Amino acid sequence: MTGLAVNAFLAMLRRDLVVTGREFVPFLLQALMQPLFFLFIFGKVLPGIGLAAPGFAALMLPGIVALTGMIAAMQGVTLPLVLDLGFAREIDDRLLSPLPVWWVPLEKVLFAAVRGTIASSVIFPLGWWILGDGFAVRSDRLLMLVGMVVLTALVGATIGLLMGTVIKPEQISLMFTLIFTPLLFTGCTYYPWGALYRIKWFQVVVLFNPLTYAAEGLRYSMVPQIGGHELPTLPLVWILIALCTSVVIMFILGTRTFKKRVVT
Amino acid sequence: MTTPGKSAAIEVRNLVKRYAKSNTNAVDGVSFDVSPGQIFGLLGPNGAGKTTIIGTLTTFIRPTEGKSSIMGFDIVDSPIDVKRRIAVVPQQSNLDRSLKVREILTFHAAYHGIARKQREALADKLLGELGLGERKNEKVSRYSGGMAQRLMIARALMHAPDVLFLDEPTNNLDPQSRLFLWERIRSLNAQGLTILLTTHDMDEADKLCDRIAIMDHGKILVNDTPAELKKLIPGGSVLELRAWADPAEAVRVGARLLPALRALPGVTKVDEAAAEPPAAPPPGAGKKPGGGGWPGGPPPGMAPAAPAQPEPGILVYRVYADAANTLIGAAAQAVVSAGAEVRDVSVKHPTLEEVFIFLTGRHLR
Repeated sequence: MTGLAVNAFLAMLRRDLVVTGREFVPFLLQALMQPLFFLFIFGKVLPGIGLAAPGFAALMLPGIVALTGMIAAMQGVTLPLVLDLGFAREIDDRLLSPLPVWWVPLEKVLFAAVRGTIASSVIFPLGWWILGDGFAVRSDRLLMLVGMVVLTALVGATIGLLMGTVIKPEQISLMFTLIFTPLLFTGCTYYPWGALYRIKWFQVVVLFNPLTYAAEGLRYSMVPQIGGHELPTLPLVWILIALCTSVVIMFILGTRTFKKRVVT
Repeated sequence: MTTPGKSAAIEVRNLVKRYAKSNTNAVDGVSFDVSPGQIFGLLGPNGAGKTTIIGTLTTFIRPTEGKSSIMGFDIVDSPIDVKRRIAVVPQQSNLDRSLKVREILTFHAAYHGIARKQREALADKLLGELGLGERKNEKVSRYSGGMAQRLMIARALMHAPDVLFLDEPTNNLDPQSRLFLWERIRSLNAQGLTILLTTHDMDEADKLCDRIAIMDHGKILVNDTPAELKKLIPGGSVLELRAWADPAEAVRVGARLLPALRALPGVTKVDEAAAEPPAAPPPGAGKKPGGGGWPGGPPPGMAPAAPAQPEPGILVYRVYADAANTLIGAAAQAVVSAGAEVRDVSVKHPTLEEVFIFLTGRHLR
């Protein structure tokens, strides 16, 4: 029985690979358009006209990697799920496969995380190309970097699962604005957490956003030493605890609402 | 779960489903068996609970009470075993629109663990049989409703299920597709597939089903073969009577006529039916002043465009009786005595539709 379920699970992964593979260029465009312009304006234009410090690009790049991976993973699961559970019901065929119901959201999350990881990874050559000399990534924490990229994508995918099972089709645009915009701007994407000590209350508020930990984790793994000094980030252990907890809690909540939506 | 001496393909015992925030049971204590190789029809008005029963048996809806099994596997305790043995063709297309037609079949089979070679051969065979072979590399969005329906049937057959659920399979199909589907259903059944279908189409139920359960308000009213169900109309006949009375008098005439018809010998039930508009109104019929049912004539500007209205004063009765043909004279006499004119009398032999209306009444759901 388990063998049959694993087979079904793998077939679903393969289905998603085939579908994404067929739409790979649109997928990349969707994932990379925003970071492309962010890198250009914040990393090139603003320092170029003297409105941002020259080192700003190196601080911002990890934030862009985190944001891109998280959003790409969320998009990979939220919108398809909202439509599917709302009216398309294309997922029914998979729900009727011989596997436990919760494996279906698990597959969605894993695949969305793959999409997020791919999107994050493409930021590196893109950043190198746009930022030129401003591109600076340390190479001694490569393994940690890979781990952070994957973990960030998983955080995005599990948040996407919860959103996809909670949002009704008629609420899509409102919810995207209500959720994405705050997520985007309170996630320490464009500023390091440590620098927020001047606005204490805001420094506390951003701690409720998982993106903060992802961005800080990537800063820890990417930003080179400056004059022999490490960039101060959130402590690594807190970053890992927060990201892992977010993945687990969001997955449990998302799977629970998923089940409620598909088995009434 | 199975009764000694026979093992049912589908067994439903005291099934109850009450949805959250509802104060009535959508399915209210339903029990029935479907033997292997049978075509079983669930008939009922909209909202009778048919789709809820299918949803429960296909593991999408959790029963509030009761036990049900498919091929001996409990639907709550062993949903995965159940899923391996069933296939579902829903009312509305749920085909995977991101895949090409042939992939819809091959991936479905892959979800069920069927090896690549086998599933590809089977997909081609089924697509050919269902007349979709030429367009197997398209996406479903280019398919017509009938083609999508056939594709869903092909998909359902990919993992060789024991039990097939068809939820209103021929709804919205053109006559050609409907006939084609009926033939397919029969030939699948001849190969041993057990089929449970829901339908509003009495002709379909009559032609296809070995047994039929007629449902209303979440309960099964009767469960029998089509032939036996038709015997439910006592004596097996219906007298349909159209009479006309002066519109001003119609209500009073009706009040006299109804008990008179009920008192005729052998009558078991009399239904007062709504008068339907004449099938093809004569040109200008709607323009008669005061003829459209508007007090003081139709509103200005509306009369020429008014749709066909039933002629005022028309009374229609369905008299269920042991021998309706012997009542023609007496019924006509009753009409005249009540102060009306006979417009039409006809004796109908019961169709499944008569049985259905007899059991579930005529009011709209």
